[in-house]
Amino acid sequence: MSATQAPVFSGPGPDRVYQEYLGKGELRIQRCGDCGKQVFYPRLACTGCGGIKLEWVQPSGRGTVHAVSIVNRQTEKGGPYNVVLVDLAEGARMMGRVDGVDNADVKIGMAVKAKIDSSGKAPFVVFEPA
Amino acid sequence: MSNSIRGAAAIVGASLAGLGEAPGRTSEDIAIEASYKALAEAGLTTQDVDAVFGSLPGDCSPLSGLLMAEIMGIQPKFTDNNRTGGSTFLSYTLMAAMALKEGLCDTALIFYGSNQRSNTGKLVSSVRPFPYEAPYNPIFPATSYALAASRHMHLYGTTREQMASVAVAARQWANMNPEAFMRGPLSVADVLNSRMVSSPLTVRDCCLVTDGGAALVMVSAKRAKDFPKQPVYLLGGAAATTHMNIMAMADLTKTAAKDSGQRAFQMAGMKPSDVDVVELYDAFTINTILFLEDLGFCKKGEGGSFVASGAIAPGGSLPVNTNGGGLSCVHPGMYGMFTLVEGVRQLRGEGGERQVKNAEVALCHGNGGVLSSQITNILGTEATL
Ligand SMILES: [Zn+2]
Repeated sequence: MSATQAPVFSGPGPDRVYQEYLGKGELRIQRCGDCGKQVFYPRLACTGCGGIKLEWVQPSGRGTVHAVSIVNRQTEKGGPYNVVLVDLAEGARMMGRVDGVDNADVKIGMAVKAKIDSSGKAPFVVFEPA
Repeated sequence: MSNSIRGAAAIVGASLAGLGEAPGRTSEDIAIEASYKALAEAGLTTQDVDAVFGSLPGDCSPLSGLLMAEIMGIQPKFTDNNRTGGSTFLSYTLMAAMALKEGLCDTALIFYGSNQRSNTGKLVSSVRPFPYEAPYNPIFPATSYALAASRHMHLYGTTREQMASVAVAARQWANMNPEAFMRGPLSVADVLNSRMVSSPLTVRDCCLVTDGGAALVMVSAKRAKDFPKQPVYLLGGAAATTHMNIMAMADLTKTAAKDSGQRAFQMAGMKPSDVDVVELYDAFTINTILFLEDLGFCKKGEGGSFVASGAIAPGGSLPVNTNGGGLSCVHPGMYGMFTLVEGVRQLRGEGGERQVKNAEVALCHGNGGVLSSQITNILGTEATL
């Protein structure tokens, strides 16, 4: 089968598939069948080798805070909140928010675990201290 | 050949317009005023222009290359409306030099204009929210730069005080520039105590929100001396891109400026110590630190102590952002053009009180997106050819 006829180019695209997994309460990321790289955000091609044999895998959800910023939102609009980059144990990096801890205690190197926030219209991943 | 366009084209007109506040005027109006002024400097009119390069803010026509040519009655042979964010103007110079050298056009006009301050009071960006970042409500683009700053602090011990010294140096330069929007005293303590936006960046670590426009006229080196102003030659130029969204930036403390800088220096046949004045895109104070490191003016990790030493301030060893930069002079959304106009002015000796003595080589550096696109231009006087 030629590359342009690969299954990855038919059916729902990776954004849709990712969101469908989240809707079922599962965090899935992609793993390259050619080089093994774990890829996030969802894509059609591996950012490591350019291959298109990306398969959906379930990461452990464990990760480490890589970078952090506290957005100083006004109190009347809900107050400050944190924004982090998290390196998943499997290697991919996500943006996120760490819940269940004071903003001031969210530090680079902190161990966190993913959970799915389904409180809004579309579910998304947040983190909590591991 | 990597040096094939070295010195092939020159800037013979450079101008600013609508700096600070330009109420009641569209972005197009501001860009056209800058264009007419730059052409007038060169003794030319719109009728002489046969190539148009430029862009306007995100809420203007995405086809602003076509629109601007139409408004000015120009029917260009060559149009470039490339968008890489605020860095894009330093790629227009590169493309213009190539087109001029190859004879695809004779007179290139590069334009920019933005009325973001008067029109909306805030940054007008071309960037749309990214679905894998939007749920966390990062402030675009401040939080992305704040995340990079948090890594630099973590890895290298860079401090908020050191970052603040970038804003202080920019203000000291601005205080010698009558056209700068923000003037007056500014101390490290003032920066630290101003409103926190997205930690560790306060509002004084962030660039201004102003109106403003700028334009350049470029011609082939063959006829560069036929114009009233001393020509400023493009000696080297290179672009590099690493990502679009901050979550996809592999190393938050190493930008593509390392790559663009190296290749621009290679084309120019120069090294950092040959540079007399640096004009770089200081969207946030951390940018100046990152770019000075990546461009080779100090070692990786030492940018914080370098800027805090006073090296980049008036009287220091390396004049940086002599107009006051995006932090204190002007920031209408895409600052890249202003690095070029100030570089040209310094090389012509038009800097007035802020003039760097005997400036022969200027390094101008543009940043686009969130540390995503890095484009370096090295400009020189005739003596450097
Ligand atoms: Zn791969």
